[in-house]
Amino acid sequence: MILLSLMATLFFGGSLAWASEGLDARLPRIVALISLLIGSLLVVSLCLSVGPDQNSPGGQWWVLASWSWIPRFGIALLVGVDGLSLLMLVLTLFLGLIALGAAWGEIKERVGFFYFNLLWTIAGVVGVFTALDLFLFFFFWEVMLIPMYLIIAIWGHENRAYAAMKFFLFTQVSGLLLLIAILALSYFHYVQFGNFSFDYFDLQRVALAGPVQTWVMLGFFIGFATKLPIFGLHSWLPDAHSQAPTAGSVLLAGVLLKTGAYGLIRFTLPLFPEASLSFAPTAMAIAAFGILYCAKVAFAQADIKRLIAYTSVSHMGFVLLGIYAWNIYGLQGAVMTMLAHGLSSAALFMLAGGLQLRFHTRDMSVLNGLWSRLPMLSAMALFFSVAAVGMPGLGNFVGEFLSLLGGFQTNPPATVFAALGLILAAVYSLWLLQRVFHGALQLPPEHVLANDLSPLELCCYTFMALGLLWMGLNPQSFLAISQPSLSYLMQTIDLLGGGVQ
Amino acid sequence: MTSAMLVMLLPIILVTATAVATMLMVAIKRRHGTSCTVTVIGLSLALASLYFSMPITSSQVTPLIQIDGFSIFFSGLILLCAIIVACFSYPYFANLEDHQDEFYILLSVAVLGALVMVSNRHFITTFLGMETLSVCLYGMVAYPLHRSVAAQYPMEASIKYLVLSALSSGFVLFGVALLYAQTGTLQFSDLSIALAIGIDAVPPIYFVLCTLMIISGFAFKLSLVPFHLWTPDVYEGAPLPATTFLATVGKIAMAALLLRFMSVSEVLSSDAIVFVLGLIAAASILFGNLLALLQSNLKRLLSYSSIAHMGYLVIALISLSSGVGSLGVEAVSFYLLAYAIMSLGAFGVMLVVSDSEQERDHIGHYQGLFWRNPWLALVMTAMLFSLAGIPLTIGFIGKFYIFAAGVEAEHWGLLITMVIGSGIGLFYYLRIVYGMLTPLKEPLDLPVAGLKELVPHCVLLFLLLALLVLGIVPGALMQWLEWMASGL
Repeated sequence: MILLSLMATLFFGGSLAWASEGLDARLPRIVALISLLIGSLLVVSLCLSVGPDQNSPGGQWWVLASWSWIPRFGIALLVGVDGLSLLMLVLTLFLGLIALGAAWGEIKERVGFFYFNLLWTIAGVVGVFTALDLFLFFFFWEVMLIPMYLIIAIWGHENRAYAAMKFFLFTQVSGLLLLIAILALSYFHYVQFGNFSFDYFDLQRVALAGPVQTWVMLGFFIGFATKLPIFGLHSWLPDAHSQAPTAGSVLLAGVLLKTGAYGLIRFTLPLFPEASLSFAPTAMAIAAFGILYCAKVAFAQADIKRLIAYTSVSHMGFVLLGIYAWNIYGLQGAVMTMLAHGLSSAALFMLAGGLQLRFHTRDMSVLNGLWSRLPMLSAMALFFSVAAVGMPGLGNFVGEFLSLLGGFQTNPPATVFAALGLILAAVYSLWLLQRVFHGALQLPPEHVLANDLSPLELCCYTFMALGLLWMGLNPQSFLAISQPSLSYLMQTIDLLGGGVQ
Repeated sequence: MTSAMLVMLLPIILVTATAVATMLMVAIKRRHGTSCTVTVIGLSLALASLYFSMPITSSQVTPLIQIDGFSIFFSGLILLCAIIVACFSYPYFANLEDHQDEFYILLSVAVLGALVMVSNRHFITTFLGMETLSVCLYGMVAYPLHRSVAAQYPMEASIKYLVLSALSSGFVLFGVALLYAQTGTLQFSDLSIALAIGIDAVPPIYFVLCTLMIISGFAFKLSLVPFHLWTPDVYEGAPLPATTFLATVGKIAMAALLLRFMSVSEVLSSDAIVFVLGLIAAASILFGNLLALLQSNLKRLLSYSSIAHMGYLVIALISLSSGVGSLGVEAVSFYLLAYAIMSLGAFGVMLVVSDSEQERDHIGHYQGLFWRNPWLALVMTAMLFSLAGIPLTIGFIGKFYIFAAGVEAEHWGLLITMVIGSGIGLFYYLRIVYGMLTPLKEPLDLPVAGLKELVPHCVLLFLLLALLVLGIVPGALMQWLEWMASGL
């Protein structure tokens, strides 16, 4: 029930925000704020509730609910929250509020429609993180795309048409492969059990022969890996990120990328354990190569947002590495990286957006020595860059360390290469800091306002910084929540006979 | 002929009566409004009479007409489309400096042909229905012939359609004749044995060739590659109501007929036919989508996209051969319903802002529509998203159904083609959406007749609701289709 009201709040709040524009142009953002706050309260109340229900499958589910939807294909509105989903929901709602803060002063035209799209994206993501019927999951997977497409296409920067189209095409086409794979799985359920089903728990019982399992697994993998994105399927991301308005970038980097990783953990691994296991070395190699390659490409960027976008791809490599290491350290590391990267990259995109708003450029070659003019903003940039590099004491360090620790147990060569990414991360981050914030002050000729952080911005950054500190200093509070889900995943691999050593 | 049989024929009789009544009214006094109203009422009565003519089991009314759940479903769909087209036609033709009334007569007679096409399993009735529909369409395509501006296009389109359509009918007829020469029967169902083992020392390949001839005739009407060349020109040249009618009723009747032909005659037991149809499907998907990329005229764009959509449909059609359940029939039926709704919606928006003097069928006409007329832009966007197969819309469920049927029959190659095609498709649908989002430099009004009429907007609202409701809760319809397919 609580999930239903959460989604209803967001969907309804979005529609209301759009409708309220007719009354007053300032109303939509207030409506959006209220519905996000109600949503956050619901999630917090979920966090404070009893914890996992021991009678649920695997004993890991806090909430499970099901309603009939399309009986012809055995499709139900099956939603559930376990520790992993809960962490993702917390991240989603938190970054939703941050995105709202980023949009508060930036979005000046067609306000109502913007907040409509913002809230519907968040609602779609909430659906993705809670759906346990694969059809429903796919439904939300696509639902979150359209508003995001509109956000990029309407409120984006100079090259928005191209970026929005590319974003949509990549995710949609890979999504169709995912759909075929889902249908194939459901069909094999039909062959083996005599009825169609898209139920997550039913589908786990489907036994697939070797090559078939590999193909179906690849369908899922490509669907999710495009969203993650992995090296090779990442080319939409720099364009989408750099062209999206700040709030869009915050959501994209902070939340939408995590849906890919979530899909891998939730679906690809438990549904296709054997195929995933034999695919793991390839995935880890892609991860290691992606980390290094995108770190290097990031270094070559002149556009601040593009640079941060490439670092995102690089950091998502650690998530992939951790997931396919498939031991408790790697998985916990992946989850921690998802959370920490959600905050740090969102903050960095918001900083880049702040610079864009102040100086109408994201070009590093015309922005120099901002520290003397904007000390608070620069200090925040320093903090979040250092966080992204993986400074001990902040969340990213915990995540990357655990990912590497897990990866080293299964695939030392890939992990050793991946670890080099940490050095490159330091290089590009410091390069960004040095170019933009240090040295002699140089500004583009026609800048309008160069005020330092507004109280609202300061508030957003402070919350994100506190979040990162919390993750870094007390990671156990997060690890404990995701523990039951991930150890359940570990049991599937133990059933396979020990798995990788 | 018993009274029960007459009741079953009621829809067909009522449609005929509508045509006759409209004609008599015109003979007494020409009034555009009256003709349109009479047509809409007559067709609505026919639609309502479907409720009474619903048989418990499928029944052969005469040797030539077959009424069952399948025919009821498609008759209903055709009648609904025709009513909607008639509603849109009124404002469109309101300022035509010529006779408007005959269009409605042609429309009713064309509907009669379409109804006959979906309620038979006999080649003679098939041919009669097809020709009735086609002959009326020639007239409808060339309708605003005496229009002062740009009168050459309808004539060109009509002649093109006439020549090629007659040719394809010739193909069908020749194939049927060859079949009849050997089997001595014109029932669909008698073909299966001939195809499997041959008859009287005539090898199965003879029957395969005959069947392919018939199918190529059908493929022409469905504008499948390589029989698609007429489509863009006819779509573009015809007045919008005729294009809409051709794109919906014309396609639905033909596809339903093909569906029944395939499932009754079991022609898909022949691997050669499945192979050829697979090629046709793949070619239609790729060519249709690729050529649509190059279009800036919405009518042409939708014509190419219809080629691609019919290609998707063929995937579900050839999945009939897998023999597991009735998923293929359901998928085709559902997709046709979805296709009818989204085509009517997309053409409907164009119809509302067009009239017989000027058709606004260029993408540029719709630039910034989101900020000029949000309501129309919303409908158009929903229709385009549905055509692209995006969730919350009926198009997504339709695509899902086809995927399900394809997966069941394990046509993996065709499914991948469909994914590629859908990817390309997204590109041109989104281009239109993006155009509607891009504000115009200077404000430009849409000075059009239909814009102020209430009825077309109500119809658009109805289509939008159908699109969303069936896209979100399709369960009931699916159960109905399952029942219908089981009786085929």
